[in-house]
Amino acid sequence: MSSLEAADLTLGYGSSTIIEELNVQIPKGKITVLVGSNGCGKSTLLRSLARLLKPVSGGILLEGDLIGSLSTKEVARRLAILPQGPVAPEGLTVQQLVKQGRYPHQSWLKQWSKEDEAIVEQALHATGLGDLAARTVDSLSGGQRQRAWLAMTLAQKTDIILLDEPTTYLDMAHQIDILDLLFDLNEQEGRTVVMVLHDLNLACRYAHHIVALCHKNVYAQGLPETVVNARMVKDVFDMNCDIAADPLFGTPLCIPHGKGRQLQEKNQQGVFV
Amino acid sequence: MKNEVTVRFKSGRISFQWVKKTMWTVLFLSVAALILFIASLSVGSSYISPVAVAAHLLGYGDGSHEFVLNTLRLPRAILAFMVGAALGTAGLILQGIIRNPLASPDIIGITSGASVGAIIFIAYVMGTVSIIWLPLWAIGGAAAAALLIYSLSWKKGVTPIRLVLMGIGIAALMKAFVTMTLVMSEAAVTTKAYIWLTGSLYGAAWTDVYAMLPWLLLFIPAALLYARLMNALELGDDVAKSLGIGIEVQRFGLLLISVVLAGSAVAFAGGIEFVGLIAPHIGRMLVGRSYAGLALVSALTGGILVMAADIVARTAFLPLDVPAGVFTAAIGAPFFIYLLYRNRNHV
Repeated sequence: MSSLEAADLTLGYGSSTIIEELNVQIPKGKITVLVGSNGCGKSTLLRSLARLLKPVSGGILLEGDLIGSLSTKEVARRLAILPQGPVAPEGLTVQQLVKQGRYPHQSWLKQWSKEDEAIVEQALHATGLGDLAARTVDSLSGGQRQRAWLAMTLAQKTDIILLDEPTTYLDMAHQIDILDLLFDLNEQEGRTVVMVLHDLNLACRYAHHIVALCHKNVYAQGLPETVVNARMVKDVFDMNCDIAADPLFGTPLCIPHGKGRQLQEKNQQGVFV
Repeated sequence: MKNEVTVRFKSGRISFQWVKKTMWTVLFLSVAALILFIASLSVGSSYISPVAVAAHLLGYGDGSHEFVLNTLRLPRAILAFMVGAALGTAGLILQGIIRNPLASPDIIGITSGASVGAIIFIAYVMGTVSIIWLPLWAIGGAAAAALLIYSLSWKKGVTPIRLVLMGIGIAALMKAFVTMTLVMSEAAVTTKAYIWLTGSLYGAAWTDVYAMLPWLLLFIPAALLYARLMNALELGDDVAKSLGIGIEVQRFGLLLISVVLAGSAVAFAGGIEFVGLIAPHIGRMLVGRSYAGLALVSALTGGILVMAADIVARTAFLPLDVPAGVFTAAIGAPFFIYLLYRNRNHV
């Protein structure tokens, strides 16, 4: 069953086409990760799935409804997107930011219901920002800031969450932090997560469904362990590599060829303990 | 520690939340505005004690100040407050939609557009039709300038910096046009227009107050209705769209409100500069970023600023009546430089 679907989708800016006649179905209640080389159109596709970019031709179906035929507020109650590198205005507090997530559920007369209050509280708690609620967003560290934006997206309380490179500019610990949070969200609440990730190894580890983009279309899609192999990496990223099993999770681990420092005495197993 | 007041009723269908600090600030500013209003009525070439002013306003006066208060000072003080409130709100909206704290109607050229509209009216039309139509001409000029600036800086969207630069260019062009009109018109018109251009409330009359009032009564509440949307719009286009806002349409509506308010202010007080820039900044310092409170606070602050500037303008160099715009510029220009300095890493 698909929650979000692109049908014969063509995307582009001006005269240049980025995506051509692409068909893809996003499975409901799963984590889907879009991968591909720089400039292959993953962000463009994601933005279009969230109706931030109008297709040149073709369409997006949200649970069977053509997304353009729904009111933008209606879409906002069913689907949320966290764009890449959002910037909060100076002096805005975390609490104020997260509250904005309730916008599509509010009206002029109904500005702050009990439900709004509970959901904002819950979003702050889930992202571990309870103690930082009164701080201004610009005073936070990169990881905290990203969690604040994520909390806003969560407060929108949609079944589908789209994220454009949610881990960019974060150190490794904070990347895992964010991805674990999304993993729990999917596991515990069954929300559909679609994101663009640059790190193929992390993509393999967290995704139920991976979509590799290449030449303006889908190169392959499915379970990471069936999709990701040396041939696919060569075709999609134009890079030679070996694929091993991740020692902790068993998921595909891509080890790039190329240059590097070689130790004099190589460990025979290839694994350092 | 409860910083907010929440009101909910009708089984959850109606709910509001206000920040306590904002409510106190609004109250405090209202009282300050009232005190300044009375002070504004009592000082001038002849001093009238505040007690006598209050008595007169409440209808207990002995009638001896009838002319000075009713004909000279009351309309002027009221107009000063209205002009400031309009400029403060216009500036706040503009800073919000352009997402740049340096924006204000006078800096990006909207005010100079209004000047062109008004100067054409003063030089060629006035005398044949009533002053009631002056705001329409000024608003028309402001709208034309806004449209011109917006479309000229459009290149797959509008970036704030392009808008500001284009605005400065258009403003220069408009000012040249104004000067040309002045040079080509009669001496009497020129003198009148010059005083008006610098931003003066000299000669404000009740007809001006009545002509401006409807614009304010319609468009300041409209700005307040937009407050919730402004909060979301400020997070950037993509986020606002994601929250379900049709940004192009809404931004146009907001620009319209800002243009009307700025245009009507210019119609009656000429180029009172920098109030649209400073008032929102003072507002944010006082109550933070939430627009519902911020719009009210910016309007009150703008009103207080212009009223104060006008008191100084007409009393400091008696018997001269210096344009109030000179004093708002004297405070505003250094403040603008300070903002540029503080933002030097962002622009």
